[in-house]
Amino acid sequence: MRLLGKEVFTSDKRRIDERSSVEKISTFVFVLLAVSFFAIPLMWLVLAPFDSDPTFRIKWPNWGLGNFSEMAENPYAYRSLLNSAIFSAGSGLVVILVGAPASYVLSRIKFAGRDAFLYILLLFSSIVTGSAAMVPLFLLSLKLNLIDTYQGVVLVLTGGLIPAAIFILKDFTDSIPKSYEESAQIFGASSFRILKDVVTPIIRPGLAVIFVWSFVQAWGNFLAPFILIRDVNKQPAAVMMYSFYNDGGQAVFRTVAAFSLIYTIPVLAMYFYVNKKYGFRFYGGIKG
Amino acid sequence: MKSKTVKGSRAARPGNSVLGKGAATAFLSPSLLFIGVFLLVPAFWTLFLGLTDYKLVGIEALNPSFIGLDNFAKALQDPQFLSSLKLTIVYVLGSAIFGQALLGFILAWVLNELSPRVRSAVELIVIFSWIVPGSVVAFLWFAFYNKEEGTLNAILGVNIDWLLDYPMLSIIIFNIWRGTAFSMLLFSAAIASIPKSHIEVARVAGASKMQQLRNIVLPSARSYILTNLLLITLWTFNDFGPYLLTGGGPGGQTQILPIFIYDSALRYLDFGYGSAIAAIMLLLNLILSLIVLRMSKKGKK
Amino acid sequence: MSFVSIEKITKVFPGGVRALDELDLEIQDGEFFALLGPSGCGKTTLLRTLGGLESSTSGKISFEGKDVTFLTPGARNIAMVFQDYALYPHMNVLENISYPLKVRKFSKEEIDKRVKQASEALSIEMLLDRKPGQISGGQQQRVAVARAMACTPSLYLFDEPLSNLDARLRLEARTFLKQLQRELGVTTILVTHDQSEALALADRMAVMDKGRIKQVGSPAEFFHKPANIFVASFIGSTPMNLLDGVVNDGKVVIGSMSFDIPAHAQNTARTGDKVVFGVRPEYVSLTSSPGSGIASGVVKVTENLGTHYLVTADCNGILVRGTAPDGSEPHMGDTVHLKPESVRTLLYNKTSEDLY
Repeated sequence: MRLLGKEVFTSDKRRIDERSSVEKISTFVFVLLAVSFFAIPLMWLVLAPFDSDPTFRIKWPNWGLGNFSEMAENPYAYRSLLNSAIFSAGSGLVVILVGAPASYVLSRIKFAGRDAFLYILLLFSSIVTGSAAMVPLFLLSLKLNLIDTYQGVVLVLTGGLIPAAIFILKDFTDSIPKSYEESAQIFGASSFRILKDVVTPIIRPGLAVIFVWSFVQAWGNFLAPFILIRDVNKQPAAVMMYSFYNDGGQAVFRTVAAFSLIYTIPVLAMYFYVNKKYGFRFYGGIKG
Repeated sequence: MKSKTVKGSRAARPGNSVLGKGAATAFLSPSLLFIGVFLLVPAFWTLFLGLTDYKLVGIEALNPSFIGLDNFAKALQDPQFLSSLKLTIVYVLGSAIFGQALLGFILAWVLNELSPRVRSAVELIVIFSWIVPGSVVAFLWFAFYNKEEGTLNAILGVNIDWLLDYPMLSIIIFNIWRGTAFSMLLFSAAIASIPKSHIEVARVAGASKMQQLRNIVLPSARSYILTNLLLITLWTFNDFGPYLLTGGGPGGQTQILPIFIYDSALRYLDFGYGSAIAAIMLLLNLILSLIVLRMSKKGKK
Repeated sequence: MSFVSIEKITKVFPGGVRALDELDLEIQDGEFFALLGPSGCGKTTLLRTLGGLESSTSGKISFEGKDVTFLTPGARNIAMVFQDYALYPHMNVLENISYPLKVRKFSKEEIDKRVKQASEALSIEMLLDRKPGQISGGQQQRVAVARAMACTPSLYLFDEPLSNLDARLRLEARTFLKQLQRELGVTTILVTHDQSEALALADRMAVMDKGRIKQVGSPAEFFHKPANIFVASFIGSTPMNLLDGVVNDGKVVIGSMSFDIPAHAQNTARTGDKVVFGVRPEYVSLTSSPGSGIASGVVKVTENLGTHYLVTADCNGILVRGTAPDGSEPHMGDTVHLKPESVRTLLYNKTSEDLY
C-alpha cells in the first residue's frame, strides 16, 4: 500500500511538471508574438530617423543625423511643431483655468442639483464626440469667425477636454481632507488666502497631471485642426504629418522620418515624467 | 501674550465652506459656458440641422428650409449609409470586442504570471503604441502595409497591397495595435483587485489554470469586463483614426460612420444630411452611455 | 461665570438629520471639558458649531458673555486641533506654526518669539525645518498643538486629537496634554469616543446621544452615579450589571434573587415599580455562602483583566458579573456567590430610564 501511495505521488508530480512546461512554452510563444506585433511597426520610428536613406522598409540604418537637418530646413515642419505647442499649451492652460475652479466647487459645496449636473456632464461628454459633433463645431467656428484661428482650435479642444478634467480633478480634490481649509478658516484666513496659500499648493499635483494630460490629448488631436484650419501656416504637426505622406506623390522620407520622431518625443517625455513623478499612468480614453 | 482677534464679518450664521454663493457661482460659470457652448449646443444643433436641407452651396445655402424627417428617411434607404453602418459594426466587433478586449485580457492574464521586469517591459511596448500621436501611428502602418517596400510583406514573403485588397482587415489590425493598451491596463487592474486568497483557495483545491480563470477570475472581473467592452465600443464607434490610413477608401470600403459624416457634411457640404447621420450616431452613443452609467452606478452600490 | 454658554442649539442637516437637538451646556473658565458619545451622537457637530465651521439652525452660543453665534470662525479667537492635524504638507513645521500668526498680521519679531515659545514647550525645536510628511505621527500631533498654542486663543477645540496615535503613544500624549492645559489654563473642549480618554483628561464631561446631552458632571460622578441607563451602559471598562426587576416590599426582586433597595432610591421607589438594578462588576465580590442580597450561580466565563478576574455567572438564567482577585479566581462550572457592595448599587426607573 505504501509503495502504491508513493507511486501515485510521483506520477502526480510529473504530471504537474509536464503541464507547467507546456504552459511555459505556450506563454513564451504568446509573449514573443505579442511583443513582435506591437514592437515591429514601432521599429521604423526608432530606426528610420537615423537612416540617411530611409524607405518604407524597416531596416538597419545607414547611420547619420542628416534627416534632422533636412527637416530643420523645411519651414512647414518647424512651424507646425510650434503650432502644436501653441494649441497644446493653450488647451492645457484653458482647461486648468476653467476646470480647476469648477471642480473645486463641485467637490466642496453640496448645492442643489449638483449630482444631476455631474450626471448630465458625464452623459453629454461621452455622447458628444468630435465625430458626432463635427458639423455644428465647424459651423459654430464659422459663425464666430474662428476658422483658421488658434483660439478656435483651442476652444473646441478645451470644450472636449473639460468634462473629463473636471471629473479627474474633482476626484483628486475629494481625496484631500477638508480640515486643511477649516483650520485656515479657524485661524481667520480670508477665502482668497486659503485658496492661494492652502488649496492651490495642495492640489498642484492634480493640476500638473491635468495640464500634461490636456497637452498630450491636444498634441495628438487630428480632427479638430483638420476641419478648423485651412491655412497651412497654422496647421499643427498632427495635420502636417498627414499631409507629408498623403499629398499624392512620394513621401518625403527623410523629413517624415525625423519629423515623426521629433513630434513623438514630447508625448513620451511627458508620459515618463508623470509616471515617475506621480506614480500613476495617464488617464486614457478621450479620443478625437 | 496678548491675544489678537481677526475682525470678522457678521455673516448670517457662518457656513462651512470657503466660498460664498457668489464666488461659487463665479467659479462654476466659465465651465458652464464651455459645456453649454461645446457640448449642449452642438448636440441640439445637430438634431436641428438634421431636420433641414442646409447646404453650404446651392440654393439651399441661402434659404435652408425645414424638411422634417426626410433626411432620416433618406438615410434608411441610402445604400451608402446602410453599408457604412454595416462597416462600422464590423469595425467595432473586429477591432474592439474581438481585438482589443480579447488580446488585452490575455495579455493581462499572461503578464500577471511573469516576473515584474518582463511584465513592465512588455507593458511599456504596448503602452507606447497607445501614446504615440495618431498621425504618426497611421504613417507607421501606412509604411508597414506598403506593397513594394512594406515590412509586413517582407516578413510574410507575400506581395499584397493590404490597404487596397484587404482594407477593412487592415484598419481592424491597425486599431487593435493602437488601442489594446487600455483594455490590458484595465484588466490588469481587475486581476490585481482579486484577493490573492481567492485564487489560493482554488489552487489548494487543485483547480487548473483554466478552472481558476473560469471560476474565480472571470466572475470577479465581470463588471470590469462589461464596462470595458462598452467603453471601447463607444470609442471605436466614434473613431476617426482610419481616415488617416485609408481616407474611407478604396471605393468606400472603410467608410465607417465618422468618415461618412465627414464626407457628406464637410467634403460635399450637405450639412443637413450629414447632421442627420450624426444625430443617429448621437442616439446610439446615448444608448451606450446610459448602459455604461447605469452599470457603474450598480457597481458602486 | 461660565466661559462657553450654549443655549438651545439645534442643527438640522439638509436631508433632515437632527444632529443637535435644543442642546444647552455651560462650560467654566479654564476647564478641561470632554464631549463623549457613540459615533453619530452629534459631539463633533457640536464642536464644529462652536468653531463656526457648521452653522446652527437655531439657538445661541456665547463666549465670555459675548454672542458669537453669527461670527465667522476666524473672529472667535479660538484654535482647533483636528483629528488628522491638518498640517499643510507643502509648508515645513516652522511655516506651519507661523502661518496663523502671519494671517493675523503679527510682527516678524512677535512671530519668531511665539514660534520659539511654542516649539520649546512642545519639544519640537529640532523639527522646525522638516515637512509634515517627514515626521512621525506623535510629532505631527505636537506640531498641531504648537500651532494652536502659538495663537494664544481663549478657547481650544480638540477633535479626537489622539485617535490617530498608537496605543502607547496615546497614553503619553494624554498625560502631556493634561499637563499643558493645566499650565496654560485655557478653556479646552475635547471630543472623543474613547471614554478612558475623557475620564482621564476632563475636569468635567458630557455624554451625548442623538443630539442631546445625557449627563454632565465630573468623571467620578459618571463612574459612580450614571444618571440614566444609557450612560450606565456606556461608561465603564467592563459592562455594568443592569438587571431588570420589580420593587416589592422594600426589596428589588430579580427572578429568584432579591436585593436591598439602594439608599438613594429608598424614599422614591414604590412597590410595583418596574426597575433596572445596576452595579459595576468592580463592586461585586465573591463570598463564601448564599443568602439574601447575594446572587448564586454557576461560572460561565472568567476573563483575566490583569490584577483581577472578571467572572460571569449564570444565576438561574440571569447573567451577573463580578470580580475576583488574581489567584483566588473560580473555574468554569464552579458555583459562586456574588455579593454587590450595597453602597455602590444603583436603581433606575425602567420606564423613564432615569436614576431614582
